[in-house]
Amino acid sequence: MEVLDIIKPENQVFCKTSLMTDATLSFCPGCGHGTVHNLTMEVIDELGIVEDTIGVAPVGCSVLAYDFMDIDMTQAAHGRAPAVATAISRTWPNKYVFTYQGDGDLAAIGTAETIHACNRGENIVIIFVNNGIYGMTGGQMAPTTLVGMRTSTSPYGREIETMGSPIKMTELISNLPGTYYATRQSVHTHKHARKAKKAIKTAFQNTRLGKGLSLVEIVSNCNSGWKMNPNESNIWMEENMFPNFPLGDIKVKGKLRQRK
Amino acid sequence: MSDLRLMKGNEALAEAAIRAGVDAYFGYPITPQSEVIEYLMAECPEKRTGMVVLQAESEIAAINMVYGAASTGKRVMTSSSSPGISLKLEGISYLAGAELPAVIVNVVRGGPGLGTIQPAQSDYFQSVKGGGHGDFKLYVLAPASVQVMADFVADAFDIAFKYRAPVLILSDGLIGQMMEKVEFKDQKKRMSDKDIIENYGSWATTGKKGRERNIITSLDLQPEKMEVRVQGLQKKYEQMENEDLRYEKILCDDAEYLIVAYGSSARIAQKAIQLGREKGIKVGLLRPITLFPFPKQQLLKLADQVKGILSVELSTGQMVEDVNLSVQHKVPVSHFGRTGGIIHTPEEILEALEQNSIKDGSIRHHKARESSLL
Repeated sequence: MEVLDIIKPENQVFCKTSLMTDATLSFCPGCGHGTVHNLTMEVIDELGIVEDTIGVAPVGCSVLAYDFMDIDMTQAAHGRAPAVATAISRTWPNKYVFTYQGDGDLAAIGTAETIHACNRGENIVIIFVNNGIYGMTGGQMAPTTLVGMRTSTSPYGREIETMGSPIKMTELISNLPGTYYATRQSVHTHKHARKAKKAIKTAFQNTRLGKGLSLVEIVSNCNSGWKMNPNESNIWMEENMFPNFPLGDIKVKGKLRQRK
Repeated sequence: MSDLRLMKGNEALAEAAIRAGVDAYFGYPITPQSEVIEYLMAECPEKRTGMVVLQAESEIAAINMVYGAASTGKRVMTSSSSPGISLKLEGISYLAGAELPAVIVNVVRGGPGLGTIQPAQSDYFQSVKGGGHGDFKLYVLAPASVQVMADFVADAFDIAFKYRAPVLILSDGLIGQMMEKVEFKDQKKRMSDKDIIENYGSWATTGKKGRERNIITSLDLQPEKMEVRVQGLQKKYEQMENEDLRYEKILCDDAEYLIVAYGSSARIAQKAIQLGREKGIKVGLLRPITLFPFPKQQLLKLADQVKGILSVELSTGQMVEDVNLSVQHKVPVSHFGRTGGIIHTPEEILEALEQNSIKDGSIRHHKARESSLL
C-alpha cells in the first residue's frame, strides 16, 4: 500500500489545530510555549468563541503569539497586558479577553497590573507561563528563578540574601477576593497537557459566566535558558520546579483549596 | 440645546468628554487635574451614555488601558499632570507605534521631578519633541481658555481618528483650575459596537468575524519593514502639517513687534499687547493653537515684517527654540517667562518686550533669560 492511499480524511486521527496559523513557531525546540499556544487555541475553537475572543500578547518569548494564534490580538507593553485586557473587557463586556504572559512580564515588571486586575475581579483569563527565567533576552534571572539557580545575571546562583526568593504569584493573587479561579498546571506530558487544557477551558467558561478573573499558571521548561536538552529540562523541571511550584488547583469557584 | 455653565477647566473637560460620546476614560489622581476623574465619577457617565470610567492603579496602567480600548476602535482618553505624563510616555510611544487613536490630556504643573503643583508650561519639549522613545510625534492642541479646553475634546478625537494617532491636549494648571463660563454642545451619541466593527473593522481587534484576523502591534523585527512603518508615521505628520495646523493672529497686520505665546501665556500676552498698544507700541500676538504642527511658515512671514520677537512661556525657554528655527535668524528672538509655578503678569511681559526687543533688538537669549529671573 502506498503512503498516499492512507492519507485520507476518513483515516485522520489528529490534525493541526485550526486556530494555529501556518507560521513556523519561533520557540526553541522542546519549549512548552508551543503546546500552551496550541491548547489555548483548541479551547477557543472547541468553545466556538473565536469571533468574540481578543487575545493580548506580552513582551517576552511569546511576544509573537499573534503570529501563531489565528485570532484578533493586541500586543501589550512589557507587563501591561492585564491593564490592556481590563480596558478591552470593560468596553466590550461580552467578549472573551485573555492575556498570555511569561514570568518576567507578569511577576516582575507587571506585578502591579497583575495584582490590581485580579483585585478588581476583571472578567478576563490570564495564561501565565512560568519557566523561571527570562528566555527571550538570553537567560537572565526572573522573579521566579529558583534559589541557587544559575542564570546570566545570577552567575553564582540566586541567593536569598541579596536577590530574594522565587515569587509565587498564583498563590499571592489567590488571596485576592477578585480572583475566582487559580490553578497551576504543566504541559510536559500528554497527561499533564490534557489537565492543563481542561483548566484553560474552565477559565474561559468562567468568563462566559462573568465570574471574574481566572489565572492558569503553566510551569514550563526553558531548555535553552537552563542549558539542557529538552528531555533533561523536563526531568529537571519535575525534580526542582514542581517542589517549589506545586501543581494543582489553588482557588476554585472563588474558594481557596486546602493544600498539603 | 446648548447649555451655559460656570466651571473649572478640568470639570469642563470631563463634561465635554461625556458629551463628545467618549467610550471610556482611565485615569489616576494627580494635582492639579484630579477634578477630571472626580467629576466623571460623580456624574456616573455609565448611566448617561454608557461611558466607562475607571480609576487605574497607576498612570502606567491607565495609559495601557487606553491602549487596550483604543486597539478595539473605542474612543478612549486619559488625563494627568506632568509627573504622571512622564510615566505614561512609554504607553504613548506604543500608541503612536501601533497607530492607535487616543486622547491624552496634560494639565501641566512645574517641574522637574515632583516640582510644584502650580501651573507651568515646562512640558513643551516633552509634548512636541516626542517625549517617549522612537521616531514619533504627537498632534498637540494647546487651549487658552476653559471653553477651548472643553471644545478640544471632540476636536482631538476627530484628529486622532483621522490619522489613527494619539493626540495630546496640552493644558496647564491655570486653565485646569480656573473657573470660566463655558457653553456645552449637545450630547453626541456614542458609536454602537456594530458601527465600530463596521467602521474600524479593517484594523481594530474586535474579534475575528467574517474577515482575516486583526493584529495591533508596534513590533517589527525586520529592519526593512520597520523602516517602512516609521516612514509611514512621518507621512502622517507631514499631512498634519499640511492640513491641520491651527494658530491665531491677533493685531499682527501692522505689527512692528511680535509676541509668540500659547495656552495661558497667550491669554496673559493678549492683555500685554493691549497695554503695549495703549503706549503706542505696535505689537501683535501669534498664538499657536497646535504646537505640533507649529506655525513655522506664518512666523517666517512675520519675520520679514517685525523688528523683534518675544517668545513668552511659563518656562525657562522651550518653545523659543522652535520660534528661532522658524524665523531662520531673520529677526532677533528673545524669551521671557516665569517658572516654578509663578505666573507672569501682562506688565512683566510688556516690560520684557521693551527691554529685550525694542531697546536693543540684538540682545541675545541669555540676557532675556536673566530678566526672566526678576
